[in-house]
Amino acid sequence: MANTTARVAPARTQKAPEAGALVNRRKRRYTLLTRHDKILIALMVGIPLTLDVLLVWGPTLASVGLSFTNWQNIGPITGKNFVGFKNYQFMFSGYTLFWPAFTHNLIWLAWLTLIATPLGMFLAVLLDREMRGTRFYQSVFFLPVVLSLVVVGFIWDLQFAPTDGFINNALGTAKSSNLIDWLGNPRINLFSILIATSWRHIGYIMILYLAGLKSVDPSLREAARVDGATEVQTFFGVVFPVMAPINVIIVVITAIEALRAFDIAFITNQGKNGLELLSILIYNNSISEASLVGFGSAIAVILLLISLVPIVAFLSRVMRTLA
Amino acid sequence: MGDSREAKRVRNLLAAKDAALNLNLDLSRRDVLKIAGYGSLAAFIAACGGNNATTTTGITAKGGTMSLGSYNTDPNSKKGTQAIVDAFTAANGGTKVKLNTVDHGTFQNQISSYLQGTPEDAFTWFSGHRMRFFADKGLATPIDDVWDAVKSNYTAGFEASIKGNDGKAYAIPTDYYPWAVFYRKDVWSQHGYTVPTSWDAFKALCVKMKADGLIPIAFADKDGWPAQGTFDILNLRLNGYDFHTELLTGKQKWTDQRVTNVYKKWSEITPYYSPAFAGLTWEQGADQLLRKQAGMYLLGLFVSDEFKASGSAADLEQLDFFAFPDMGTQYDAEKALDAPIDVYMLTKKSPTLQTDLGQAKAFMEFVAKGSTQVLYWQNAPGSIPTANDADTSTYPALTKKAVQIVSQAKKITQYFDRDSRPDYSGPNGMQGFLLKFLSNPKQDTTSLQGQMQAFWDSLPPE
Repeated sequence: MANTTARVAPARTQKAPEAGALVNRRKRRYTLLTRHDKILIALMVGIPLTLDVLLVWGPTLASVGLSFTNWQNIGPITGKNFVGFKNYQFMFSGYTLFWPAFTHNLIWLAWLTLIATPLGMFLAVLLDREMRGTRFYQSVFFLPVVLSLVVVGFIWDLQFAPTDGFINNALGTAKSSNLIDWLGNPRINLFSILIATSWRHIGYIMILYLAGLKSVDPSLREAARVDGATEVQTFFGVVFPVMAPINVIIVVITAIEALRAFDIAFITNQGKNGLELLSILIYNNSISEASLVGFGSAIAVILLLISLVPIVAFLSRVMRTLA
Repeated sequence: MGDSREAKRVRNLLAAKDAALNLNLDLSRRDVLKIAGYGSLAAFIAACGGNNATTTTGITAKGGTMSLGSYNTDPNSKKGTQAIVDAFTAANGGTKVKLNTVDHGTFQNQISSYLQGTPEDAFTWFSGHRMRFFADKGLATPIDDVWDAVKSNYTAGFEASIKGNDGKAYAIPTDYYPWAVFYRKDVWSQHGYTVPTSWDAFKALCVKMKADGLIPIAFADKDGWPAQGTFDILNLRLNGYDFHTELLTGKQKWTDQRVTNVYKKWSEITPYYSPAFAGLTWEQGADQLLRKQAGMYLLGLFVSDEFKASGSAADLEQLDFFAFPDMGTQYDAEKALDAPIDVYMLTKKSPTLQTDLGQAKAFMEFVAKGSTQVLYWQNAPGSIPTANDADTSTYPALTKKAVQIVSQAKKITQYFDRDSRPDYSGPNGMQGFLLKFLSNPKQDTTSLQGQMQAFWDSLPPE
């Protein structure tokens, strides 16, 4: 690189009228940037970089470091606190909650990807057809999105309550001796809260996708219709491919929602008895009164590694489009 | 977390949010003062106070200032705490008390950071293992001088509950509540039930209740901690106080045959539990008792809160309880039970403690008075005063009986999650394990007990 610059620089400077002045500076690296530009770039790169390092990479690396200790949030960290890979070893072999939590996150992801997100997209397509009352339906489906997940969890908690809840009373099972324990039965409670999550997620995806659909050039559809394509063919053959950027965002949002799942399970029963999730294990271990900061950090590192998969996939795609 | 206030957190979610908001405001104000410098803080407040001159008499001091961190966010207990603080200010030469009230669950979860940061001078906490833990870590100030001045006002049981592992006094016990089997008198007289005193009579009563169309035992374990009350009492009756406390602090193994016996006995009464108990909160369990759907309910005295909340005084009058029946072992004679004790303690790292030590100690002396504790009890009737000189004449029958049952107990435990380490008793550990057991009580518990022991062994040394 240095060689190229050295060779190119004189070639250019020869043509320049003020070549004599530049010859003196030849030993410096040739640059097109003024001092002002350099300061500006240093600031524009430096400030975000400092913030990023301080607020994102610092804590991340600290977490990785802590994951090799058994520190309990009391006193300084000394050499005695370092336990090597013991936390990881116990997590994968002895800790009975890790693999259930891992599986639950995967189920969460599968549910959102295969059921909730397609349903939201389907609703968006329906609403896009300008049927009567579109605005009304739109606001009804969107309403849960403005609620925080804690409130959503609270609302569904009341619906699912075994004896007082709406669902069991509507089904008429509240009085029977084998009433359905929606939130207490570890075989079904994950799906109960997934229904609650979907209630909000569907509206979220719907509004995003609807915005995307509105921006599709109508002449494309007209052209498809003229060519004799059916509604389904038009959607999958023309509209869906055109929506590629929105589709990527939807996929990323779905993956992120599945990985950061926490609120509803936590508000239901602090994430135990069938509702274990990785994020909840982190909380219950390190932030709660338990204060097993080292072990909680080890789980956080694993979650970080998992999260890197969709992030890297998304970024590499974005980079490719930019390049 | 074996505490009514903690459990109510979920129900009173929005109220809790308000409390958290208060905390933020308080913190920011404190931060401003912190910038002004710790040294000038006391002077600053004293200057604002005007005539609050400090006068020292022995270990305590009048006037001046002090600060108190409180987890009493429940409306009743919050009012009670404020009443105590106001009475103290009036009685102690106008000492200004800066009260910082933090949501109960938040306070509990952040306790380590709180005590290591810049805490208030005094704080509300639990006795038992949780108190000794922070005493051992040097995050609490011993108050032997105060205790010597007030200990004639306490029984030996309370004295034992506030001693650290180093034998020093670290807290003033202010209130407690027993765990027992609650029932409705009207339902029982209608069916002609009598109080069972043996395990067999207890089970026979369950059979009878089931035949009468009642849920024999209300049970609600969505919150995770209520099941620990049943584990406590069964283990105490079957294996005794010493084994129980040793087990909870890791000196005995969870794979022990004696623990297996607890689960075996437990499985004999689980068929009589509320259906879908893993999805019920303790309040919903209390409602089953209140609405005459259930016959009995093993819970703390705070179950009366739910009866009071029904709005009908007649309901509360019908509430009665009996001690858990004998199991036919040598440990029946201990009459042991869970009776969690709430305490006030002094922090170590409070930046103002050096200047306020006299006032803080005066406050500790003040809360050791029966009259102070009755003042609190009048606001929060689920909490029984601990001092000998508390005026018991205004106690309703239920409270009197609760006092009696505790005074008859030769051994008192503090509840599973106060007697054991929090990382073991929490949702991650024992709460989850007990729910796993309860999902299939007839299972061979060998592997489950193995998991309990493996989890204990994985925890770092305390």
